[in-house]
Amino acid sequence: VHRGALLRLISTAVMFMADKDSSGSSDQPPHLSRRGVIAGAVSAPIAIGMASNAEAREPPAAASTVAVTLTVNGVRHVLSLDSRTTLLDVLRDHLDLTGTKKGCDQGQCGACTVLLDGRRVVSCLTLAATSYGASITTIEGLARDGKLHPLQQAFIDHDAFQCGYCTPGQICSGVGLIAEGRAHTAEEIRELMSGNICRCGAYPHIVAAVQQAMTQS
Amino acid sequence: MTPFEFARPRTIADAIKLKAANPQSKFIAGGTNLVDLMKMYVEQPTQLIDVSALPLREVEDTSGGGLRVGALVRNADLAYHPLVESRYPILSSAILAGASQQLRNMATVGGNLLQRTRCAYFYDVVTACNKRRPGAGCAALEGHNRMNAILGASTSCIAVHPSDMCVALAVLEARVHVMGVHGARIITLADFHRLPGSAPQRETIMAPDEIITHVELPPQGFAAHYTYLKIRDRLSYAFALVSVAVGMERDGDTIRTARFALGGVAHKPWRNAAAEVALQGQPATDATFAQAADIVLSEATGYEHNAFKIGLARRAIVRALSQAASGAPQSQSSKKIA
Repeated sequence: VHRGALLRLISTAVMFMADKDSSGSSDQPPHLSRRGVIAGAVSAPIAIGMASNAEAREPPAAASTVAVTLTVNGVRHVLSLDSRTTLLDVLRDHLDLTGTKKGCDQGQCGACTVLLDGRRVVSCLTLAATSYGASITTIEGLARDGKLHPLQQAFIDHDAFQCGYCTPGQICSGVGLIAEGRAHTAEEIRELMSGNICRCGAYPHIVAAVQQAMTQS
Repeated sequence: MTPFEFARPRTIADAIKLKAANPQSKFIAGGTNLVDLMKMYVEQPTQLIDVSALPLREVEDTSGGGLRVGALVRNADLAYHPLVESRYPILSSAILAGASQQLRNMATVGGNLLQRTRCAYFYDVVTACNKRRPGAGCAALEGHNRMNAILGASTSCIAVHPSDMCVALAVLEARVHVMGVHGARIITLADFHRLPGSAPQRETIMAPDEIITHVELPPQGFAAHYTYLKIRDRLSYAFALVSVAVGMERDGDTIRTARFALGGVAHKPWRNAAAEVALQGQPATDATFAQAADIVLSEATGYEHNAFKIGLARRAIVRALSQAASGAPQSQSSKKIA
C-alpha cells in the first residue's frame, strides 16, 4: 500500500473513532481510544517535564476554580474548572472530545476551530469561563442520525485532506463560513478560510469541498 | 498561565469598581490577544474581569448623523453591519483585512483598540523589552526588527501597533468614549494611543480604572472615495508591513480634502497634518500623491532590517491615494492591487 494512502486511512479512522467517542453522554466513561492508549503510555515523563517548567515560571499562587455550564453537541455539562482552562482543553481533556485538535495553541493555525453559538471561533484562545452558557458544536456533533454533514461528505468526495490533523478545524470553519453567507466565489472562500492552515497543502481540494457543500445548503 | 481569580460583573459600574480595586486585574472580552499573552507569561493578571455580559453591543445612529458603536460589538459584526458597509466602508475594509474570520468573530471593538504589539521581543520573555519590563532595554533595536517602526519610535521602543481597524478609525477621526470611577470622558482617536517615548509600557492615555464603552464615528464616512491597502508577507492572515487608509473628497479633478493614515509603521496609527494639507486643492495625480508621501516619510528612520519599509510606504501611499481618488478601493478578497 502507498504510504500516503495508508496514513490517510489511519487519520480517517482516527476521526471516526473520535466521532464514536462523542456518542457517549458525559457521565459515561469514554471508549478506549488511540489517545487514551498513548496518554497512558507516556503520561509520566510528560508530567515531570511540565512540573519543572511550571516551577520555573509560575509564582506559587493558588489556582482559582470557576463553575461553568456548557452545552456541547446538545449535551449540557456543569463543570468546575481551573479558571485558566481553555475551551479547547475542556473539550479534549475533560469531555474526551478529541476530534478538536490542538495545533499551535496560539490562535494562528485554526486546527481547534469549533462553532460557539453557531459562529466559528478558535477554542485555544477561548477561556471556558468566558464561554459560560454557550452552545458548542465540535466535529463530533456535525453528523445527524449517522449521516455525515454535507461538508464532511464533501471532504471525502474531494479528497480534501492528507494527514487529517487540520481537518476537524477546516470542516467546522467551513460550516461557519457557509452559515455566514459571505463567500460566493472560490476567491472569497480562500480569503475567508485563511484562518485554517493546512501544511499538507490540500487547499484546492478544501475549496472544492466547501463549494460542493455550499450548493447543498 | 499564572493563576487568576475570575469575576463576571453585570453592570459597567461594578466592572469599573472591580478594576479600580485591583491594579493587577484585567478586563477580558474576546480574549484573542490577552489569553495568548497570558499563555506566554507576558501578561500575568491576578484577576480577570469578564465584561462580555455588559450591555455594550449596540450599533446605533447618533443625533448628529454619526454612528455609535458599543465596545463589545464583535469585529465581524461591525465589518458586516449594513450601516457600516454603506456609510463607512473604509472601516469594513480595514477590519476584514485583519486576522481571520474566527478571530474577527471573537474580538471586540474595545479589545481591538487595546491590543498590544506583536513585536517578537515583547512576546519572548527571556529577552529585553521596555514595554514588558520598564528599564530592561529594547532587544529589537539591534535585533530582528523587520516588522518594527519607522516613524515615531524612541530609543526605548520601536514596536508598532498591530491594528488594521484603528488605522481606518484614525481617518474617520473616531471618538473613544471611556468611563471610570470619576465619570465618563471622550478621547479623540489621535490622542488615544501614545508614542513610546521613555514609557513604552503605557500604550494609551486611559486611566487604569477606565473602560471603553463606545466608539463614536462622526458623519463623514468618505464612502465614495476611500481605500484600505495592506501590504504584508502573505496575502491573508498576516500583520501589515505597511498599510494605508485613505478618505477623500473630490471637486472634479481636484482634491477638496483628504485624510490618510499608516498602519504597521508606528506605535499608533500615523497621520501627518502637513501631508494632508499638501493634498488640498491639488490635482489628483501621482505627482501630488508622491509629494504628500515624501512629507510623511521625511521623518522616517529605518533600522537594520526594516529600512525597506520607507520605500514600500511611499509606493503604498501613492497607490492608496490613487485608488481612493479613482473610487476603486482595494478589494480584501481579490489581492490584485489595482
